[in-house]
Amino acid sequence: MTEIPEHLRKRAEAAKAKAQAAAGGTTPDDDSPAPDAPVGTVPSGDDKIPSHLLDRGTAAADLPAPTAGTPVPVAGGLAPPAGSSGPDGHNQRLLTVVKSGSIQDTRATPVDKIHVWPHLLLAEFLAALAITLFTLLFAIFVNAPLLELADFNKTPNPSKAPWYFLGLQELLTMFHPMVAGVTIPGIGLFLLILAPYIDKNPSRRPEDRKFAISLMTIHLMFWSVLVMIGSFFRGPGFNFVFPWNAGLFFEL
Amino acid sequence: MADDKKSGGLSQMSEQVQASQAWSSIFRPGSIFRKGYSDSPRNRSYVIMNSVLYHLHPVKVKRHAVKVSYTLCLGGLSFFLFIHLTVTGIFLMFFYRPTAAQAWSDIQTLQTAVGFGLLVRNMHRWAAHLMVLSVFLHMARVFYHGAYKPPREFNWVIGVMLLQFTLLLSFTGYLLPWDQLALWAVTVGTNMMGFTPVFGEQVRFVLLGGVEIGTDTLLRWYTLHVLMLPFVLVIFLAIHFWRVRKDGGISGPL
Repeated sequence: MTEIPEHLRKRAEAAKAKAQAAAGGTTPDDDSPAPDAPVGTVPSGDDKIPSHLLDRGTAAADLPAPTAGTPVPVAGGLAPPAGSSGPDGHNQRLLTVVKSGSIQDTRATPVDKIHVWPHLLLAEFLAALAITLFTLLFAIFVNAPLLELADFNKTPNPSKAPWYFLGLQELLTMFHPMVAGVTIPGIGLFLLILAPYIDKNPSRRPEDRKFAISLMTIHLMFWSVLVMIGSFFRGPGFNFVFPWNAGLFFEL
Repeated sequence: MADDKKSGGLSQMSEQVQASQAWSSIFRPGSIFRKGYSDSPRNRSYVIMNSVLYHLHPVKVKRHAVKVSYTLCLGGLSFFLFIHLTVTGIFLMFFYRPTAAQAWSDIQTLQTAVGFGLLVRNMHRWAAHLMVLSVFLHMARVFYHGAYKPPREFNWVIGVMLLQFTLLLSFTGYLLPWDQLALWAVTVGTNMMGFTPVFGEQVRFVLLGGVEIGTDTLLRWYTLHVLMLPFVLVIFLAIHFWRVRKDGGISGPL
């Protein structure tokens, strides 16, 4: 036995109840399976079937049959309206109309696709190889810093956060810590997360997104510049220095 | 002659191995390790369909999706750097004890007395900085392509979370060498967090495992760094990759 999906069963039941109610108050308390209402009796207000198709169905049902066939009894005992039997005595009924776009919608535009193997995997493999090679070479020639043992009594001057937080540390020189350390980055992060919901512009073309692109560029530049100032242009006491005069105060 | 015999025996053996139940239980029907590989569209599909890569990649992608000039490989590189960091990190874990008394000297020993210790530590450090950079650039790339637009809004949100986890991973790792650089960088960073309104003091207390940075902080950040944050990150990564596929692959050409 075929299993009928829940939503389809419910929809069918609803349609049945509707048809039953429309088929007249004649059998409102009929417990037996709902009689299949002939097309002609389906209310025209049924929004599931386009009205022009309904009209066509009704018209066809009303036409006198060219050859008088014996009416075929319909389940539920309702006799079909006169003239509803088709050629060879078959009844033709409109069971359902599948509106275009409901299930048979396919992407009209063919997509140019290629195999992941070898094309994508090869590119990924090469990228992985390249980055490994780069890290390896860099690691061979540049050592990771390991300063002397941590000492709570000896504060280095300047004390700097990791580079990606130096933008925040830079803001600390300008604002109250709560503003610089929490409010500004908090708002920035919040806006970043919400970007797809704020930006309602459906276009992805750069020429249609001048505002979004400018805003993001300013945002990225803002942080990049702050990070660079914090990294390279801050010396003892976190005072502004030029690295070519005072030297670098920066450890990665 | 003898060589012929030998290779004959070898090929016979490999045939037997490939016919064994053990072999066919490892490789799925259609796997190239069962039926050999010759280049054909069908076999190209089988390579993906019959390997674990099928979790990550579909059989086919849009042609423009493999253009390096579009993605610059940044997302993939971030992921690869994460794997790279996991591997080198596991190596480092063998030689490191997260206590204030031992951490620094363990690293000193690692660098001087362990084979490839210095090299692996260097690679771990540089790959970590690179990963922060590549995740950041990946985000910029996605923004400039408008790739966060429907249906990919939620994946953008996941991506921003991933950026934050990356920063947190890097930051928690920063303390572990327990040198002057680590201690004071983390002091500056956590002092900032202390200014979180309402529950700033509590946030700082939970993060430091006390009122001051100490050996408890080290253990806490170590656990965060090697276990908790990677665990959470991997879950978010899985969702991120799954959504890339469900949302129809990477965004189309502009």
